Amino acid sequence: MSELMAHAERILDGARGDEQIEVYLSQGVDTEIQAYQGEVENLSSASSSGIGVRVLRDGAGGARVGTAWAGSLDESAIIDALKQARDNAHFATEDEFVAFAQPDGVAGVQLELCDASVLSTPMDEKIAMALQLERMVRQGDPRIRQVDAANYSDFVAEAAIVSSKGIRASYERSGAFVSVEAIATDGQTDQTGWGLSAGRAPHELDLEVAARDALSRATRMLGAVKPASMKGTAVFDPRSTATLLSIIGGALSGEAVVYGRSFFANRIGEDVASPLFTLLDDPTDPRHFAASVYDGEGLACRRNVLIRDGRLEGFVYDTVSARRAGTVSTGSAVRGGIAGSPSAGCRALQLAAGEFDQAEIFRRVGNGIFVESLTGVHSGVNPISGDFSVGITGLMIRDGELAEPVREITVASTLQRMLLDVLYVGNDVEWLPGSAAGQSLAISGVAVSGS
Amino acid sequence: MSETLVAQDVVERVLGEAMSRGGEFAEVFVEDRMTTSAMLDQRRVEELSSGRDRGAGIRVVVGETTGFAHTADLSEQGLVSAARAAAAVAREGGGGVREIALGSLREYPSKAVIAPDSVDKAKKIELLRYADDMARSQGSSITQVQVALGDSMRHFLVANSEGVFATDHQVRTRFNISCVATGDAGMQTGYRPVAGTRGFELLTMEAIEEAARGAAHQAITKLDARPAPSGDLPVVLAGGSGGILFHEACGHGLEADAILKNASVYAGKVGQQVASPLVTLVDDGTVTGEWGYLAIDDEGQPGARNVLIENGVLTDYMWDHLRARKSSRASSGNGRRQSYQYLPMVRMTNTYLLEGDADADEIVAQTPRGVYVAQLGGGQVNTATGDFVFGMTAAFLIEDGKITAPLRDCNLIGNGPEILQRVDAVASDFSMTPGTCGKDGQSVPVGTGQATMRLTGVTIGGTAA
Repeated sequence: MSELMAHAERILDGARGDEQIEVYLSQGVDTEIQAYQGEVENLSSASSSGIGVRVLRDGAGGARVGTAWAGSLDESAIIDALKQARDNAHFATEDEFVAFAQPDGVAGVQLELCDASVLSTPMDEKIAMALQLERMVRQGDPRIRQVDAANYSDFVAEAAIVSSKGIRASYERSGAFVSVEAIATDGQTDQTGWGLSAGRAPHELDLEVAARDALSRATRMLGAVKPASMKGTAVFDPRSTATLLSIIGGALSGEAVVYGRSFFANRIGEDVASPLFTLLDDPTDPRHFAASVYDGEGLACRRNVLIRDGRLEGFVYDTVSARRAGTVSTGSAVRGGIAGSPSAGCRALQLAAGEFDQAEIFRRVGNGIFVESLTGVHSGVNPISGDFSVGITGLMIRDGELAEPVREITVASTLQRMLLDVLYVGNDVEWLPGSAAGQSLAISGVAVSGS
Repeated sequence: MSETLVAQDVVERVLGEAMSRGGEFAEVFVEDRMTTSAMLDQRRVEELSSGRDRGAGIRVVVGETTGFAHTADLSEQGLVSAARAAAAVAREGGGGVREIALGSLREYPSKAVIAPDSVDKAKKIELLRYADDMARSQGSSITQVQVALGDSMRHFLVANSEGVFATDHQVRTRFNISCVATGDAGMQTGYRPVAGTRGFELLTMEAIEEAARGAAHQAITKLDARPAPSGDLPVVLAGGSGGILFHEACGHGLEADAILKNASVYAGKVGQQVASPLVTLVDDGTVTGEWGYLAIDDEGQPGARNVLIENGVLTDYMWDHLRARKSSRASSGNGRRQSYQYLPMVRMTNTYLLEGDADADEIVAQTPRGVYVAQLGGGQVNTATGDFVFGMTAAFLIEDGKITAPLRDCNLIGNGPEILQRVDAVASDFSMTPGTCGKDGQSVPVGTGQATMRLTGVTIGGTAA
């Protein structure tokens, strides 16, 4: 048993007879390096730890929960957090659906998510990677006039979740990332492009991929124009598709659904998307960066099919949203660190791969717009109404080939419409950091606003 | 509240340690923040949460490099080991522990009248329920209401090798309400925030009532919304609705970190006409009580009123300590950090456009066709190209000089330098809005403000012809 787990269990021993306690402990170390013009600009190394505690009290009309957290594992911080959580529980409304997760017998799929070489790799090697990446991009093309920042970062984290209900979960994970943003110029205007590479340890990173992506994205946008408004087909690149999927995933949260805050509510069994569209949330697939053995309540993560061949099959639930919906948790509780309470959410979305590669999709689409980046996603997409309007940059597709770059335009439709209008799903799956993998995705009938 | 976070002699020794390997500048930032939040959803108090974060961030600057480490261990030993980790960037330097002597501590007491931790939790819940009732009473189409209240008491101490030694108590309170209205054509949403660098006195019954009514009416009005147009149209921004446009469209591009890296469209343009003569843009940390107010920034520099653009001419950028030091000038009081776990960088405080002398109603009356924006949501900008987007969360069509049909949510898109030239009328009904600004993974509270104004053309990202 890990030290952290033992610590969590000791805190649990303090539970009083009339209450249940859930303790979430985490600790980790992280490194961040930024290179700029051949020098290290920032070098940061830190360790952090914290506790999130929830206290539940049963009453005549249901249970009440109080929450507290502290950014430390000091004895006094823990005692104070427990005291605050107890006090906060008095003010919650009794709710028959509120409960802590109950162990459900589903065994966690054992995954190797922590690579100890993150810790054993010398700092000098990590610094060298950031410097090399910066140099590769700066010298990669004469049109690059600036590399805004080349970053290396990594972390190793450990967490334990225990509760009076018998939950005992602990896990370790690590990650390493490089990213770079390039500014290219044609003498008149500038364009930017960024690239990244991610893995569980430094040796998995591919600087070449990150540099090439930043270079090609920045340089091929040079000379971008604002096209005329039109209606047509948009081909989203894997990164943009991953963003789209994570928005759709938000509307597939059981919590959004039971509260009627999702355009998918009451539509189980309906054809909500093109038959080409099969979407699953599978944190047990180790290729996902967000893969996890346990969810945010300490239940085993599992593979959940959400949309199969266009038909809506299910939602993801945590314990409370599942009880409200009259079902059981799908092992899909997510929580935003020590300060966050569990809620239902997708963490490893993946679209079943289609038949074609990107070039073939361009050929089949013939004429349209290739979307390389999305902006204003938070302000421009309403997961309740489904209204969708985002800023994009990309390139026109003409006669099946990429043509001139375009900028300062928006693409608009509704999420409902877009799902049904999926024309092609690519076979070019990219595993990206975040809650979704991505691949090329062609959607017809979108409104493009330009001049 | 006035307890010292770390004793002066300890701070001096830690700074000495941080400078011992040849550092040119060192800083210790110690923070103790207590926060509470409460949320009412579907008429239930879903969550009352309390949190506390204490720790210190230490940075050491050597040449072009900054070393940084943070720790939750505020003992002298903990601080010294963080100082050593931060100082490790200085590879060959030496000279042993440096003697640092700080003068007396500059103290900035909070101006909050009612400290959040003195307010009974039951009283906060009562306020949430009141807001919920008020919103629901606006119409039977209101089917969901979410109300949240949060406050934070942030006590920090900052000391550096150049003699800065100051402590501030920042108290912030925020309230927001979201409503969903359900009609034949689906659901629509309404939202209102109330937030200030103030204590619980911010949340008067009147303020709560106004927010609840506003959010409910916004959702109800949008039930009749039609798809927004697609293409370039004149846009009238209601007073207080559109400050975020200037925050995004030019504020970020005027931050000295982007300028020094030549990663901003505004680099090298001081003294040049960059905007319509109607535009005077100010960043002002001194507006007491506003969400972006600060007595001192997170580097100990007093908040200041900085004119960035005057009558369309670019006058200055915003500066933090590091960027100012590189350019041999003074910081403008814009060095901010999300918490002790982050390095400070150049950030805005309250950014606003000075009012003009036009009449708000006249501006609308003189717009034959366009879009009237009553509220903007979030936005985003690429500082290197100036391209930005922001969401309209309450907007109407202007037809024949009159505000007519409500429009469905959509984004606007434009280019900062271009949009600044397109301001052709500014009224005198100035007001401010609180917001959260995100940059490089750090969030800080900011205010934005403007009076009713018109832009001659902005691309509207709707679906209607």
